[in-house]
Amino acid sequence: MRLDESMVETGKMSLENLTLAEARAGVVEGRVSAVRLAEEHYERIAVVDPEIHSYLALTRDRAMAQAERVDAAAKAGDPLGPLAGVPVGIKDVLTVRGVATTAGSKILEGYHPPYDATVVARLEAAGAVVLGKLNCDEFAMGSSNENSAYGPVKNPRALERVPGGSSGGSAAAVAAGMCVASLGTDTGGSIRQPAAFCGVVGVLPTYGRVSRYGLIAFASSLDRVGPFARSVEDAAVMLEVLAGPDEMDATCSHEAVGGYAAEAKKDVAGLRIGVPEEYFGEGLDPEIRAAIERALDGLRAAGCSIHKVSLPHTRYAVPTYYVIATAEASSNLSRFDGVRFGMRSNDAGTLSAMFRNTRDEGFGAEVKRRILLGTYVLSAGYYDAYYRKAQQVRALLTRDFVEAFAKVDAIVAPVTPTPAFKLGEKTDDPLQMYLEDIYSVAASLAGICGMSVPCGETKAGLPIGVQVLGKHFDEATMLRVGAAVEKQGLGNRA
Amino acid sequence: MSEAAGAVTLEEVRHVADLANLELTAEELPRMAKDLNAILRHIAQLNELDTSAVEPMAQVGEALGYTAADAGETLRSDVVKASVDRAAVMMEAPESDGRFFKVPKVIER
Repeated sequence: MRLDESMVETGKMSLENLTLAEARAGVVEGRVSAVRLAEEHYERIAVVDPEIHSYLALTRDRAMAQAERVDAAAKAGDPLGPLAGVPVGIKDVLTVRGVATTAGSKILEGYHPPYDATVVARLEAAGAVVLGKLNCDEFAMGSSNENSAYGPVKNPRALERVPGGSSGGSAAAVAAGMCVASLGTDTGGSIRQPAAFCGVVGVLPTYGRVSRYGLIAFASSLDRVGPFARSVEDAAVMLEVLAGPDEMDATCSHEAVGGYAAEAKKDVAGLRIGVPEEYFGEGLDPEIRAAIERALDGLRAAGCSIHKVSLPHTRYAVPTYYVIATAEASSNLSRFDGVRFGMRSNDAGTLSAMFRNTRDEGFGAEVKRRILLGTYVLSAGYYDAYYRKAQQVRALLTRDFVEAFAKVDAIVAPVTPTPAFKLGEKTDDPLQMYLEDIYSVAASLAGICGMSVPCGETKAGLPIGVQVLGKHFDEATMLRVGAAVEKQGLGNRA
Repeated sequence: MSEAAGAVTLEEVRHVADLANLELTAEELPRMAKDLNAILRHIAQLNELDTSAVEPMAQVGEALGYTAADAGETLRSDVVKASVDRAAVMMEAPESDGRFFKVPKVIER
C-alpha cells in the first residue's frame, strides 16, 4: 500500500494494515504528514477503543508536538530517524515523563514519573510519535490481561476472548490499528503469547539486549522489553532502535547490535531448524500443531533442514518459573508502601497500618498471591527447598538450550497450547492460568531470544502464532527464520 | 519440600502475609491458602530431579560465562552528572514537605 493524503481523505487508508515501513515512507516522502497520521490514529482510538480498552492514557499534546517536529524536519530536508512519524504505544509498565503510569495497578494511581524510560527516549529520538500508555496485567502478572485494575482488554479478533497477557493492550492496539507498533515486556511469555493470540509479530530480545531503565520491575533476572509490530521487518526496525548498551542500566549488554532489518531479509537456505519434541506433547491443540507443521514444511521448502532436538527439562519450566519470578517479585514490590509514590491508604493511623492498608487496598488478588508465594519460598526453612532448587533447575533448563543450539541455528515450536481463550474462562484457577505459559517460560529462564510470528488461524478464525527461538544475542538468525515463515503467507495479514 | 507440599496452614499464610506487609481479609485468607497449596503441589515436581551436582543459576550472564570483570567493563565512569530533579521526585509522594517524605508518627510520647 502506498500511503498519501488523498487516501486518508477518501478513507482508503486501512490503519489496521499499515506497516511501519509504509508509514515512515509516507512521512519522509511528504505524502502524508506525521500530524495527520497521529490524528487519524486518535480518531480510530476514539471509535474502536471503547470496546477494546487497550489504552489507559493518551499523550495527545506530546504526540502532536513530536509529530510537528518530524514534519518540520521533513519539510526542511533534515535527516529523519528510522521511525520518523511512526505512531507507537507504550505498555504502562514503562515510564513516560509526566504521564500517568500505573503498571495496571491501583497502588500507582496518580503517579507521574519524573523521567522517561530509555526505550521511550530512544523511540522518540528515532522520530516515533508516542500516542499513549497501553493496558496490561497488574505489574505484568498475568496471561490474559484480566488482572488489570482498570479492566480487561478484549481481543480485537474475537471480542469475547482475551488478548493474552500481560502485554495485552500492546498486542491488541497493533492488531486493531490503534498504533503501528508498540512496546511490551516479557517476563514469562508476556510478549509472545499476546502476539500469538492477536495475530501480530512480537519479539522477546535476549536478556540484556534492551535497556530496562524506566521499567517497573517484576522479576529482575527475567524482565525484558521488546516490540510488537505487523511484520517481522517492522519489528526488526524497532529492535534496532531499542537495542544496545545504556549507562543507566548496568544489566544492559555491550554485545554488538546487529543490522536486524537487513539480516531479516537474508535467505534461510542452509539453516538448521530444531524441533523440540517436548513442545508437541499432550495438551497441544491439533489445529496449532498442524499450523506449526505447515510452517516447518515451508521452511524445508525454503532450503532449511529440520532436525529433532530434545529439551528434556521442559516440563519443569513452569514450576521453576513460578518460584523464581514470585520470589523476585516479592522483593521488587516491597517498594510500594505508600511513602514515595502512588496512593496511600486513608486508613493510616500508624506507620505499620499505613504500609499494610496501602498494600491491601492497592494490590489486586493475583499480585497478592504472587507476593505471598514469593515470600513463602524465600522464608526461613524453605529457601533451599524452593528457591535454590529452582535456580538449579534453571541451570538445567538453560543447559538444554545450549546443547540444542550446538546442533541447530534456531528452534521452532508453538507459542501457546491453545488459541485465545474466553474472558473469565480461567480466572478462578490460578494454576490453570500459569500452565498457559508452558511453551514460553523456558526461553525466559534461559535468557535466549524468541519471537511469535502469525502462521494461520483456526477454523473458528482465531490467530495462531509460531514461536522462533534463537541463541543468546543471535536475534539476526531468529528474525531471518521469522521472516521466512511470514513469507509463506500463512499469516493473517499476508 | 515433600513434607511441606500441600501443607500450608492458615496460620502460615497469616505469618507470610505479615512478613510481606500484606493485610488479608477473612475471606482472602482461606482462598490464598487453597491457591498456594495447589501451586506448591505443582512446584513439588522439581523434587523428581537430582540437582545435587548442579550450581544454582541466579543470572543469565552465568550461562554465557560472563565474569565479574566483564561486568565491570560495562559500568559507567564515576562522574558527577545531573540527576532527576529532586522537586519533581518529591512531588510524587503522597505526603511531603518538599525535602522529606512524611509518614504517620513512629514514636508515641
